[in-house]
Amino acid sequence: MIWTSGAVLALSLLMIGGLVGYIAVKGLAFFWPHPIVEWTTPEGKALGMITNREAATTSEPARIQIHQGNRDLFGQDFRWINDPGPSAAMAMPQDAVLVERLEYGPFIGRVQSLRRNGQEITSQGSVMDQVKAQLPQAHALRLKIHDIEKNEVGALNTKLEDLRLKRRALDIKQESHADVAASRFAEIDAKTAALQHRYDALQAHLEALRQQAGSLTVVLAAADGQTKELPLASIVRLVPSNSLGIFGKCRIYVSRLWEFIADDPRESNTEGGIFPAIFGTVMMVLLMSVMVVPLGVLAALFLREYAKQGWVIRVLRVAVNNLAGVPSIVFGVFGLGFFVYAVGGTLDQLFFSDRLPTPTYGTGGIVWASLTLALLTVPVVIVATEEALAAVPRSQREASLALGATKWQTIWNVVLPGATPGILTGLILAMARGAGEVAPLMLTGVVKLAPSMPLDGSFPFLHLDRKFMHLGFHIYDVGFQSPNSEAAKPMVFMTALLLLLIVLVMNLFALRLRSRLRARMGGSTF
Amino acid sequence: MEIDARPPVPEPLPPVSEPAQPIHDDGAHAAKDLPLTDKAVLQAPHVLKAEQLSLFYGEKQALFDINLAVRKNTVMALIGPSGCGKSTLLRSFNRMNDLIGNVRIEGRVLLGDEDLYDPGVDVIALRKRMGMVFQKSNPFPKSIYENVAYGLRIQGVRDRAVLDEAVERSLIGSGLWEEVKDRLHESGLGLSGGQQQRLCIARALAVKPEVILMDEPCSALDPLATSRIEELIFELKRDYTIVIVTHNMQQAARVSDFTAFFWMGKLIEVGLTEKLFTNPRERMTEDYISGRFG
Repeated sequence: MIWTSGAVLALSLLMIGGLVGYIAVKGLAFFWPHPIVEWTTPEGKALGMITNREAATTSEPARIQIHQGNRDLFGQDFRWINDPGPSAAMAMPQDAVLVERLEYGPFIGRVQSLRRNGQEITSQGSVMDQVKAQLPQAHALRLKIHDIEKNEVGALNTKLEDLRLKRRALDIKQESHADVAASRFAEIDAKTAALQHRYDALQAHLEALRQQAGSLTVVLAAADGQTKELPLASIVRLVPSNSLGIFGKCRIYVSRLWEFIADDPRESNTEGGIFPAIFGTVMMVLLMSVMVVPLGVLAALFLREYAKQGWVIRVLRVAVNNLAGVPSIVFGVFGLGFFVYAVGGTLDQLFFSDRLPTPTYGTGGIVWASLTLALLTVPVVIVATEEALAAVPRSQREASLALGATKWQTIWNVVLPGATPGILTGLILAMARGAGEVAPLMLTGVVKLAPSMPLDGSFPFLHLDRKFMHLGFHIYDVGFQSPNSEAAKPMVFMTALLLLLIVLVMNLFALRLRSRLRARMGGSTF
Repeated sequence: MEIDARPPVPEPLPPVSEPAQPIHDDGAHAAKDLPLTDKAVLQAPHVLKAEQLSLFYGEKQALFDINLAVRKNTVMALIGPSGCGKSTLLRSFNRMNDLIGNVRIEGRVLLGDEDLYDPGVDVIALRKRMGMVFQKSNPFPKSIYENVAYGLRIQGVRDRAVLDEAVERSLIGSGLWEEVKDRLHESGLGLSGGQQQRLCIARALAVKPEVILMDEPCSALDPLATSRIEELIFELKRDYTIVIVTHNMQQAARVSDFTAFFWMGKLIEVGLTEKLFTNPRERMTEDYISGRFG
């Protein structure tokens, strides 16, 4: 028996380890600069990275899949070619470079020349060195443009929208106070004009910056000789894989990993980073925790401490336990119908009527998604809390009551502190379940690409009505809804790995909190 | 919060006759017969009185017509075999039995002139006048300081000076001050068993109760810790009235002024400890204290 049970345990561990290991290897290898190979095929020269091989079958020869990039020139990123065999001349040209750019996926080829306003810049060093030298400046310019677009233009737009709403509100009220309204209208119009003026000035400034950014271009040549002229500012990274040493490769690796974790996505989520999704996931789980703990603890308190134990309570308990087994999509439907349409719609009618028909809370948002997940996970917290409450020794309750404490004082001062580690256990389980849930979120507020984060610098900082991105949904979206699924495959693994990691980190945090609380309770200070 | 009833386990009936009608403590002894008894206890007024007290757990009767009076600044020991109702009686003095559903009480319990079971009585206020020390030490998982200050805190005392004073007074009163004064803010659960029990006593003293109820306070302690508690009881007698339930006959003899012997929910005999242990009136009492049954 000991061998059977041990073997089953080992098998389970192996499966978990295998799962995480597979995801980790597949995902983490993605950022490593792979060698770029070149050889001549019957159709012409091919340049790219080998991504897959297929052994020969009776009817077909062996094939190699290469990542050739240059989607804008060749139409597809990946191509299967017949394996020329090991004897074929397969070169690794030192000057081949993988150019990560803002549009159309990577360009694989060679750098031909650097141009300013169409004029080739000539100097002593190699073109590659010149491009590398100019790249940081071009990046800074791009960031500056991005910053202005996002922050200053965004802030102006918000103000203009506010004024528009005020005007509309006045419009509606006009009948009763025509004379007062007229002066207010004039005031609002003046403000709008002033803002519009600033907006135009900003646009002109942006246009100038864009001109400046566009003036410096790079001419790239693909394997078959086609050339492409790109503004230097649209190049994210140059990876001359074949000429990089191990140190250089490591730098590329770290830079790519950092981009993945800290940047916004590009190219319909198949490139760039997933920071908004990480942020959205963590934020949503935190909001959910804040909601689920009071809900679950109060419900458990009633069930365990106040209610008269009888068949009604037993039925209630069974119902609560069964609630944990309801498929999550059902909660999603409930969240959409009740929270989003009923509650959110009513809130809009009452407080945001001037914005209608554009919904504010009457559409999916992080608050509704969190509430739905809180509802989904509340049974876990209730059950764990009930057990924790029952485990608080009777003697301590009696001691408190004998000192003249009321029931609530006893619960607040003795029972709840004693049950806190157990409540945290419930929260850990709830968080683990909530963080991985996708289906209900799709109905209540998750989007493929959120234009803004639920927490930012503009008043009131926490925007509960905003839609958000989520790692789980990101996996689904990138893996199955992407136009370029082959290129997105490693992103899926990497995102999955990150989701696992985030759940792990949040759990570790809660575990640590719990063990610290336990230590304080248990008097292990001696 | 439902607390399980602990119905008394009936003892097998020993072949003895029904006891004579139990009476209040008999103070009518000539002082010269009692060389070991403090004369003052004989004149002390009654503080706590049970009159015709019967208690039922559902259909089952656990206490039968108890008449018992406790004199001020004395120690009353309740002895008897397990399940004889002595703990139940103790718990009906501060209405802890209320926490168990399905308990019914007949008769009266008087604290001073007030009937504890009068419908208008504020149970919370009542419990503040009765300290209780339990069989197993049960400090809260808080610091030593917070354990002692708990009773005052729940009464809404916020003043640091008042709390500090009460904590020090209570810890001195329970003889724990010298041992813990340098680590008041460490967990109470880190103390030894005997210290924990004295911490619980300090916790009860902090609210200045009139009566301290002790439910076998030494049953989980080693002999040394037990003797510390016994000395403490002797000192506490000066300021408080104490009712102590004990299984240990020697302990009852050592610490108490009066002893009450219970059997099957009935009060068999009550009297001056010195008298009861040397010259019991009832045959059954004699059998019990000499170890023939129980």
